[in-house]
Amino acid sequence: MFTLSVTGGLIIAIGAFAPGIAIGLIGAKAMEAIGRNPEATGRIVPNMILAMAFAESIAIYSLIFAFLR
Amino acid sequence: MPSQGPETLLSVSGFHLTNTLLATLLVDIVIVVLVLMVRRRLSLSPGKLQAAVEGIVEYLQTTTERVAGGRTPLIFPWVAVFFIYIAMSNLIGLLPGFGTIGFRRPEGFVPLLHVSTADLNVTLALAVVSVVATNVIAIRTVGLGTYLKRFFALNPILLFVGLLELLQELTKFITFSFRLFGNISAGEAVLGTMSSIIAFVVPVPFLGFEILVALVQGLVFALLTMAFMTMLTEPHHKEE
Repeated sequence: MFTLSVTGGLIIAIGAFAPGIAIGLIGAKAMEAIGRNPEATGRIVPNMILAMAFAESIAIYSLIFAFLR
Repeated sequence: MPSQGPETLLSVSGFHLTNTLLATLLVDIVIVVLVLMVRRRLSLSPGKLQAAVEGIVEYLQTTTERVAGGRTPLIFPWVAVFFIYIAMSNLIGLLPGFGTIGFRRPEGFVPLLHVSTADLNVTLALAVVSVVATNVIAIRTVGLGTYLKRFFALNPILLFVGLLELLQELTKFITFSFRLFGNISAGEAVLGTMSSIIAFVVPVPFLGFEILVALVQGLVFALLTMAFMTMLTEPHHKEE
């Protein structure tokens, strides 16, 4: 018996799409800011990680739905 | 393939001894022994171990000071504990022997040790500790009145914002626990798949990446706890 199910894969694929872009943008902007002002690294990095975590939480919701499907 | 989730090794009258519990105890022992070792030969000219430990603690403390300011003594212990425990647990879980040494049972292979942070029970417990501690600290510092004013207000717009904040408090349980669980168990799955395709050389870059992930996830958990504690212990909102 072989059944094909793509639901979970599709949920996480679509759900992780936007957070992936968002985290990339956050990282790129933070690197840009560090490049402009290297002394502010210590202040930028915690905020960067915080913003990334908020973006990531959307991907986590879709991960849960992918598990629960 | 690596096993998913905790497996019961033996159960004594309703108490299940799982392999993730064993791993947790192992991590605890390692941390306690490390602390005792560093404390015993504390010196002004630090050796390698003391320098490493001092570096980690100092980095965490300066980061906390930069974000939390005057509330550092209140917040720093939580941040340090979360970082040290989670990073240590993730790193120890990458050692050979985890998930590979075990027993053969009728229902399949049961490893003796399993990374504790790849168990949703452990991460959920950490999330509950973090969120409850944040709220208790907030009530203690700013008082119950100011604390409640954050969530409930008479102004309809502020009431809506307050409800969103309340929702955020509840979703913190989910995001905190699933972020850690998802990252670590996904890393484990990737390593398992890679080593089952080609056992030599190929898994090495992934192993290096997993070391990075292990440290970053510990840092993320600690920094998020720090940020939320700082946000909720803010003395008062700006009065409009």
